[in-house]
Amino acid sequence: MRGAAGPAVSGRFGPFGGRYAPETLVPALEDLARAYDEVAADRGFWEEYEHLLAEYVGRPTPLSEAPRLGETVGGRVYLKREDLNHTGAHKINNTVGQVLLARRLGKRRIIAETGAGQHGVATATVCARFGLECVVYMGEEDMARQALNVYRMRLLGAEVVGVGSGTRTLKDATNEAMRDWVTHVDTTHYIIGSVVGPDPYPRMVRAFQAVIGREARRQCLESCGRLPDAVVACVGGGSNAIGIFSAFLGDAAVELVGVEAAGEGLESGRHAASLSRGAPGVLHGSYSYLLQDADGQVAPAHSISAGLDYPGVGPEHAALRDSGRARYVAVTDAQALDAFHRLARLEGLIPALESAHAVAWVLAQAGGWADGKLVVINLSGRGDKDVATVASLEGMPA
Amino acid sequence: MGCGSPTTLSEGALAGCWTGLRTAGRAALVPYITAGHPDWNATRVFLGAARDYGADIVELGVPWSDPVADGRVIQASTHAALAAGVTLRGVLDALREARPAVPVVLFTYLNPVLAMGPSRFLEAAREAGAAGILVVDLPVGSDPATEAALQAGGLPLVRLVAPTTPPPRLARIAAASQGFVYLVARLGVTGASRALAADLGDRVAAVRAATSLPVAVGFGIGGPEQAAAVATLADGVVVGSAVVERMEAGSVAAAGAWLRELRRAMDLARAARA
Repeated sequence: MRGAAGPAVSGRFGPFGGRYAPETLVPALEDLARAYDEVAADRGFWEEYEHLLAEYVGRPTPLSEAPRLGETVGGRVYLKREDLNHTGAHKINNTVGQVLLARRLGKRRIIAETGAGQHGVATATVCARFGLECVVYMGEEDMARQALNVYRMRLLGAEVVGVGSGTRTLKDATNEAMRDWVTHVDTTHYIIGSVVGPDPYPRMVRAFQAVIGREARRQCLESCGRLPDAVVACVGGGSNAIGIFSAFLGDAAVELVGVEAAGEGLESGRHAASLSRGAPGVLHGSYSYLLQDADGQVAPAHSISAGLDYPGVGPEHAALRDSGRARYVAVTDAQALDAFHRLARLEGLIPALESAHAVAWVLAQAGGWADGKLVVINLSGRGDKDVATVASLEGMPA
Repeated sequence: MGCGSPTTLSEGALAGCWTGLRTAGRAALVPYITAGHPDWNATRVFLGAARDYGADIVELGVPWSDPVADGRVIQASTHAALAAGVTLRGVLDALREARPAVPVVLFTYLNPVLAMGPSRFLEAAREAGAAGILVVDLPVGSDPATEAALQAGGLPLVRLVAPTTPPPRLARIAAASQGFVYLVARLGVTGASRALAADLGDRVAAVRAATSLPVAVGFGIGGPEQAAAVATLADGVVVGSAVVERMEAGSVAAAGAWLRELRRAMDLARAARA
């Protein structure tokens, strides 16, 4: 359909990305891109960002060795502990950056979409910190399976708006947030929670999540005296994966593995593996891999994990897939649940169901690695939010 | 009353339509319907009778799963149409069979077009008798290769101007647009609103200063008074959600009767101005 070089427009990763938005939003996206390009070169901005990450979020997060997991799979395994960030996941790295940018743009109202609720909580948190109005759109199905996060957002002063249209999950919450933005674009900044959406979001969110990879690379060199053989992260929209991959893109010997949600199995049709099973198309303002039917209608995604339950993926992942620089694999709901339990028992760490997908792929490699294989898993979030869901799946009263 | 006739619909149908309207001193009435909603029969009846309803051009909406530019009413109609099995191919077949007496502009999101392939889509649209296309999430400059492919197909590619569009970009859009310029009347998604923007006249004038193409105004026009007011400012009046709502709640005839009211109000307003 398109040449490998793609259209000569900025904001592209090869042919992927772009700015496919209603005309009303185009000037706002141009303003945002200009403002972002300005702050990207502004040392004062990054000092403020890093100060907040250190003093408020609690960075740097550790790179912890997981010795019993390593023994189980036959390798040395380290975990990048994004679960230890304030609010319990990597999402806040991005919301801190974007709220600082919104202040520079003079926007006093913030909107966001959320799937698992982690991005919604991280957005509500920084809005409270800076005294900004906050509205979070969330699918009604996700509100049911992540009820605790809904309460947390409200506790933080955010308005949570349930979305009952379409799939009633992250995709339609994003649609509704975009409709809000079209309507209130003059007063409102939209904090997209992943490396998706129209330009400049994919490259901007990447820049705010790149701190994960910078720290992990340095920490790995300090602890192990060398770079890892592989870096593994789960991929929904793909922000935690881009965040940790970004520091290793130039290290050709480091294998990058993105783990998508295979749901009930790639052959079942009920999964969220857009890179493994999708085709290129346009959703939410960018051109990337997409679960869709032959007529270009976006197909419903499925994952046990609300944060991975999305039919699209960030355009940079699409480019990394096609270039072969990163490899994308998928694990099922059942494998992720098993990993959720095993990491708890082996390491005393309850991972988010999203992050459990990355752990599950590593567990599936048991016995297949050469001696001394060194692997870093991005543990993107903690699993407290999922405990009630898992308990009820297992027949325990939540 | 309306534009064109079954024998004159061709690649130049939109241009001929606007010339006729200008000569007659009338503003175009441009209803939007979602294809296949509430059913195919309604679409066929509406397209067949559009001229009798006083319509000059019809925007035929291609249902898509994620219509972010559309409000509650059109969104619900597209989801209902998809649930009933409507596809882009089906929309084009229905258009071909209906042989409407007014030019039809296909209103679509980009992904169904990409899935079919832009050149195959254009060929099929031409063959089905479409008079133009409008791709709501393909803004000017977003994808030069796809835009060029869609503009080269002999069907006018209508572009949108928004309330937020700054003057330099407006000039660029006006230069790129074909057939007419669609001016979005207000911030927000499609759907009726209570009042028109106070500066709508200025914004129409700004588009006119940038192009000699006709200017149609849409988003938020929900009744005869608003339609009449817009008819005195612009060359065309687009009504969508209000039509779709009537198609669903009552019948095609109810939508038609309502459009005739708009037609009368628009013609009276133009006559009063003259």
